[in-house]
Amino acid sequence: MNMYNRIVDNGVNVEALIGAREALTEAPAGARFQWRATCHWVNGTHTRSEVEQFSGLGEEHCHRRNFRFDADHPEIFAAEDNGATPAEYVLVGLASCLTAGVASVAQHRNIQLHSVKASVCGDMDIQGILGIDPQVRNGYQGIKVTFDIDADATREEIEAVVAQSQKRSAVFDMVTNPTMVEVEVRS
Amino acid sequence: MTCAHPRERLTTVVVIGAGQAGLACSYYLSRFGVDHVVLERGEVANSWRHERWDSLRLLTPNWQNGLPGQAYQGDDPDGFMDMRGVIDLITSYGRHHQAPVQVHTRVTGVAPAPGGYRVCTDRGNWRCVSIIVASGAFNLPSIPALAHELPASVAQFSSHDYRNPGQLPGGDVLVVGAAASGVQIADEIQRSGHPVTLAVGEHVRMPRTYRGRDIQYWLQATGLLDENWRQLEDLSRARRLPSPQLLGSPERREADLNRLQQQGVRLAGRLAGIHAGKLQFSGGLANVTRLADLKLGRLLDGIDSWIEVNTPQVAPVRRPASIQLDNLAGLGLPLGKGGIQTVIWATGYRPDYSWLELPIFDRRGMPQHEGGVSAMPGVYFMGLPFMRRRRSSFICGAGDDARDICHHLLAYIGRPVDWYWCRRSA
Repeated sequence: MNMYNRIVDNGVNVEALIGAREALTEAPAGARFQWRATCHWVNGTHTRSEVEQFSGLGEEHCHRRNFRFDADHPEIFAAEDNGATPAEYVLVGLASCLTAGVASVAQHRNIQLHSVKASVCGDMDIQGILGIDPQVRNGYQGIKVTFDIDADATREEIEAVVAQSQKRSAVFDMVTNPTMVEVEVRS
Repeated sequence: MTCAHPRERLTTVVVIGAGQAGLACSYYLSRFGVDHVVLERGEVANSWRHERWDSLRLLTPNWQNGLPGQAYQGDDPDGFMDMRGVIDLITSYGRHHQAPVQVHTRVTGVAPAPGGYRVCTDRGNWRCVSIIVASGAFNLPSIPALAHELPASVAQFSSHDYRNPGQLPGGDVLVVGAAASGVQIADEIQRSGHPVTLAVGEHVRMPRTYRGRDIQYWLQATGLLDENWRQLEDLSRARRLPSPQLLGSPERREADLNRLQQQGVRLAGRLAGIHAGKLQFSGGLANVTRLADLKLGRLLDGIDSWIEVNTPQVAPVRRPASIQLDNLAGLGLPLGKGGIQTVIWATGYRPDYSWLELPIFDRRGMPQHEGGVSAMPGVYFMGLPFMRRRRSSFICGAGDDARDICHHLLAYIGRPVDWYWCRRSA
């Protein structure tokens, strides 16, 4: 097998990412991004969030369009189930961040992917959010991510891609490490 | 910069630092007949004398610790030298080669001057054509800002001022960092009877012995230690790599995370924060141990294929078991009474160039150089991690780097190397 003639295309523009890395090493101020969302209460536990603008590379940017996300709770929580629960959005964020990372790292390492599926489970004891037991935390006790990957690579190479994706993942970092959160009320 | 003594002595090269790196340069400069002085802030091998813990031994076996013109001659080639041995090795090396060392001389400033540089010290100034900065890469402990948030009731040490478990107050100890220093200190303190938790971030795992030989033997035989800085795809990453989890002991003990857990050391993720009197640890521990296992697997694959071609008759392949996380401290630990009462920062070192005001540093204060050659003409570095080859910051790496740097220096001062070789054979 000739590794050097193999054309790998996972749809990731690695050259652009490496170029950005080099440019931002020289100009670190441009690397400061801000991501934003707004959330409107609709009714009951139903909310609608929007994502459109962000800043980075020293200027303001817009997504190609405004993205909307309905969140709610299922009927067994006496709600209307108009969308995924906020806690499930965290799983979505983690899984999509890790999966995007797998594609990028695989492209960089010249590994052709055929299919990638991440299944995420978060275990939560709702005695925490219901205030039944103060010893139980509100959030997930633990999260398990299972990848099914079909790619032109050995098992060790695929595992190394998945490990590297965790190492470089923003959401993996947010979920595994504490983050300062400041909440204020505007009058 | 202030220069207290206006009268200047003249020399061609000022070497700053009389450790293995500075003395190896002195060896070559003498051999090439270049007039020079080695300025040392304390005594020869000062960092080894005063800035290491008591039980520390080198991570490289004795046979490997050769310096230019001096191979190991003792009767324990496979042993690991303690600090007394290292101090003797370096001191006798300098004495044997009559290195022109001026001890107890602290350099306070360096400035460009006509024809070269002025080097100011607390014992007079020097004028020279060229400078070799061999003051060490591990002068100051690198401690995270988080340390300021610890309450005063918690005792703190760095791997720089830690000496032995007898210094510590009673109670539980947290060792932060799982490179060579962290695993060795955790091992020693747990043995002394203090319960130890080790906070583990990204690390490099390495077995002491593989296929019947010390791992350093294989790193050297396969050419990994001589890997050239120009051949590396991600040089800055290689230069930042933590030291491998190795320990030099007469029993050739392993210091991996499985062994430490069996001894009773509890593991936690990277120390991520301090909140409401509690230490918070990262939940990403499993990934850093997996990354280290995968990386170790690739290293041993390389060694195995080298063995297959070159010495197939050695001991069979037996891979170290992957790291199991079964003695864990969890995501949070209380501080103070009933919790962690001592924190030891084994979070790495950085060089101290506060005395060197030349435009040869990046915005983080780290030296900018091409294989030890700085952007200032005639100013060189020595002894930095992966400066010219993987072994650059090891004792056994000083010789080759010193020879390369001195060759460059000779060309700079207008005396081609060939001229010296001709003269020597004449």
